Order: sequence, then C-alpha cells, then structure tokens
Amino acid sequence: MLKGKVWKYGDNVDTDAIIPACYLNLSTGEELAWHCMENLDPAFAQEVQPGDIIVATTNFGCGSSREHAPLAIKGAGVSCVIAETFARIFYRNAINIGLPILECPEAVTGTDAGQTLEVELETGTIRNLDTGQVFQAAPYPPFMVDIISAGGLIEFTRKELTT
Amino acid sequence: MGMTLAEKILAAHAGLKVFPGQLIRVPVDLVLANDITAPIAIREFERIGVRKVFDRSRVVLVADHFAPNKDIQSAEQCKVMRDFARAQQLTHYYDVGIMGIEHVLLPEQGLVLPGDLVIGADSHTCTYGALGAFATGMGSTDIAAAMASGQTWLKVPQTIKFIYHGQLLSWVGGKDLILHAIGHIGVDGALYAAVEFSGEAVDALSMAGRFTMANMAIEAGAKAGLFHVDEKTRAYIQPRARREYTVYESDSDVAYARVIEMDASQIEPQVAFPHLPENTRPLSQVNHVPIDQVVIGSCTNGWLEDLQVAARVLAGRQVHRDVRCIVIPATQTIYLEAVRQGLVETFVEAGAVVSTPTCGPCLGGYMGVLAAGERAIATTNRNFRGRMGHPESEVYLAGPAVAAASAVLGRIGGPQEV
Repeated sequence: MLKGKVWKYGDNVDTDAIIPACYLNLSTGEELAWHCMENLDPAFAQEVQPGDIIVATTNFGCGSSREHAPLAIKGAGVSCVIAETFARIFYRNAINIGLPILECPEAVTGTDAGQTLEVELETGTIRNLDTGQVFQAAPYPPFMVDIISAGGLIEFTRKELTT
Repeated sequence: MGMTLAEKILAAHAGLKVFPGQLIRVPVDLVLANDITAPIAIREFERIGVRKVFDRSRVVLVADHFAPNKDIQSAEQCKVMRDFARAQQLTHYYDVGIMGIEHVLLPEQGLVLPGDLVIGADSHTCTYGALGAFATGMGSTDIAAAMASGQTWLKVPQTIKFIYHGQLLSWVGGKDLILHAIGHIGVDGALYAAVEFSGEAVDALSMAGRFTMANMAIEAGAKAGLFHVDEKTRAYIQPRARREYTVYESDSDVAYARVIEMDASQIEPQVAFPHLPENTRPLSQVNHVPIDQVVIGSCTNGWLEDLQVAARVLAGRQVHRDVRCIVIPATQTIYLEAVRQGLVETFVEAGAVVSTPTCGPCLGGYMGVLAAGERAIATTNRNFRGRMGHPESEVYLAGPAVAAASAVLGRIGGPQEV
C-alpha cells in the first residue's frame, strides 16, 4: 500500500520540465532527484517527502526518451505517478525501472494538491483520504504484469536469457 | 481488411498476423544509443548477466549529445560508452571525428534500410520512418534488454494517415508541413499511434524534407512516422545499402484510425511559439518578435539541403548585430560537403559561426545556451520551457529559411523580407 501527499500538475509535463537536459551528465536517481521538476516547480525537489504522489492531467512525460526523468522522480522518493494519460516512452520507462504509474482520469479530477492518497497497486484502487472518494485505475495488460512482477525489465530479461 | 505499412513491418518481424493494440515480442534489426542514454543502458545491460551483446554489428553507439565533451561528467559518460564499444568490439561506434548527429548519421551510413525495425534510446529515432522503416524511441533499459536479447516488446499501433494535396509554396519545406500537422492535432494528437505521410506534396519533398517530417512525429506523441518507398528513397538507399532489404506498402483497404487531408498549397512557413511545438502560427501572423540567437542544425534540420536553404538566404547578407547565428552541419560528410560547396564560406562571411556536429544547443547542453529573458529561433524540434537553457528563455521553432532570414532581420521574419 502506497500513501503520500499529492503534487498536482497540468497537461504536457515534458521531460525537460521533469529533468532539464543540462543534468543529463548525471545518471543516478539520487543525483538527478535534486533537480527534479526544477523548471516547472522549484519547490518540489526541496519539499518532496518519501512516498509523495504526483498527479497530472494529460500526456505526462512527453518529449525526450531520457530515462533520467522517471529515475529523477523515483530518486526523489515519489511512490507513484497518476495521470489521465502518459506519453508513450515515459510509460515504458517507468514500468521498466519500477516506478509505479497509473492511468485514472477520475482520480486526477477528484484530487487536489496537498491532499493525501492511498494507492493499492495490485488492484489499482486509489483512495483520497481527505474526501473519502475511491477511484479505480485501468488494469495493466497481463504481459506488463509479468515485467512488473519480475521486478522490472532487466530482471525479466535476465530470467529469460540466463535460465 | 488490409494492413498498414507499420503493421506489415511488425508482422514480418513477429512472424504473426498483427492487429492494432496487440502486444508482440519482436526481433529488432538495429539497436541505438547515444552518450547520454548509453551509460544507463550499459549499466543495466551489465546487470542482466550476459557477456556479449546479441550481435556486435547491430548495436550502434554515437557520441553526439554532449560531444565533443562539454565537461568532465560528459567526458566520463563518453568514456563509459567508448570502453563498452571497444570491449564488445562494436562495428558501428561513432566517436568525434567520424560521428554526426545520430539520426542523420545512421541513414547516411546506410545502417537503416526500408522494412527495418529499429529501436533507439532517443525519442527522435522515429526519423528513419522516412525510409519506410519502423523506427521508434525507447528508454535506456529497453535498449539494454534489446542489446542482450536482440528483441523488444511493442504494442502494435493504430495508424493515422496524413495526405498532402497540391504543391508547396516557395520557401515551404518538410519542417513547415510537420509543424503545421502538430499544430493541427496537438502534442498528444498521435499518442501511441503511427503516422503515415502521403500525397503529392510529400512525394515532391526531397529525402531531407521527409526525414524532417518523420523526425518530429514524436512531437505529436507518435510512436513512428512513416513514408512509402519511392524512386527518391531508392536513389538515396542505392549507394548506401550493403545488405538486402524489403519494401512494404500499406494495402488499399486499410482501416486507418484517422485520415487527415490537407491542401499543401495553403500552408505558409510555420513558426511554433513557446513553449510547445503545437503552438504554431503561419509566418504572416507572427508580429514583431526580436531574437537574440538563431540555431540552424539538429537531427531535424541539419541536413545538407537545410544548409543550402540557409546559405541561399544568408548569401551576401549580414547576420543582425544583435543576433548570434550558430550553424551546425549534422555529420562530418555534410560538413565537408558544405565546405566544398562554399556554404561554410557564406555562413562565416555573413557573421554566422559553424560548429562541429553536435546536438549541443537543441537541448540546452552547450554551444549556444540561452540566458534568462533571451529568445532564439531554431530549426530544432522542441521548445519546451528551458529547453535551450534558462527556464525564462524562449525558443521558437521554424525551418531553415525562416531561421536564416530571422538572423538577418534580428526578428522573426521570412526570406521575402531580407
């Protein structure tokens, strides 16, 4: 069960907003986290707490293929990203590195910044603890569940190639 | 029901009949990474526990983003990639001296051919769709897995078809068509979909113009941007191909997710305003926008033909004294040809600078980073907030003709005004 305070953002949060390219000479989540959301919300990296949840509207993570973006978010301690829609490459990257993400337009509409959400990943259930509302995210396709339950794409591939 | 070009390439690789929405495991023809995405891919590759890449002639590494190295950390990242390329004895490793901007370099070197399935750890990998290949960007971990297994997983995309009727106006090129398209459908208008470009205006485009359009398919959220193979494609491929390839065509009875028809003769040169590529306006509706910098280059518009267009505008003229104009040929071959054709002389005489190939300023890396409050017009592909430097700087996107004219005018304007 994940639980955290909500940071809420709008449409088209791009990968340059999540991690500006001048920091792409860094490659670990811990280093990148210091600059996460720097161009969009300078307070984020300073104030984010372990477990916090990012909630955004459409096309979250559009732009570059840089895996530094989900790595920075994960490195900042964010437990989950919930959006109406995700950009395709960001979606893959998040699944591959083990950053939980959920598509749930109703939860995005029904959540404000600063509220607290509780997320049950296995079922996709999202509970707004401030309002008591409960939302249901779209389930992952079975193939993706295999990657997630293996612990990410690297573990999935290792199992496939070395056993 | 027939199949689209994208579906046929995926079906041929998967050995299955495919349909949109289907998740498939497919072998890939080529796997690409660069100096900012390869270090993470290599780190993840080493965690998998296999010793060798699946095929040393099918993994391509290019030092282009922060190379020649902009700082010590970038130098370390390039070194990680270089050491890996040597240890794995990769056939296609491109370092300073032979490197170029990856998405111009790979087609130029004949590494991508029609019918190929290519994945790259760079979002603009979709550029190769201009050759009738299915090419798409992924992250470093996907590339790591493919370097080990030679395979990837994909969701078969729906296809959106753009048809451009009529003839292009003068000074209008591939960049204007794709900016116009993104303005029309929005930055997520083709999310998860493949985009197919066709029609007589597109047929009339050179390969450079087609590469530019395919390159920016991602800016509409697309997974791939594809063109059919014609005589121009074959002429481009013929001196470069060193292996067999297969040409696929969309069937005539295809159910496209959407068909968008445009009258190309009504499309003016386009300018995308900050801070999204969808904020496009025809040049005639751009008011007085003074600029501090012009960048002509990138994987989008660093082709020889783009430099020729810019040189036509700049020849015998001077870059405005308040403007820095930076020209970046995309590859060493293009650079050399620009020297031979006198383009470099034209640029330098006009007061522009000509850089070695690099992605540098496009992503605010180096070689033209903007200060707070500064404004650039660039032939690059993204104008997100802070893309070229300070978060309070601005980037306007355009083709090489408008960019070069703006360099002379000191404000955004077209070649007819200089």
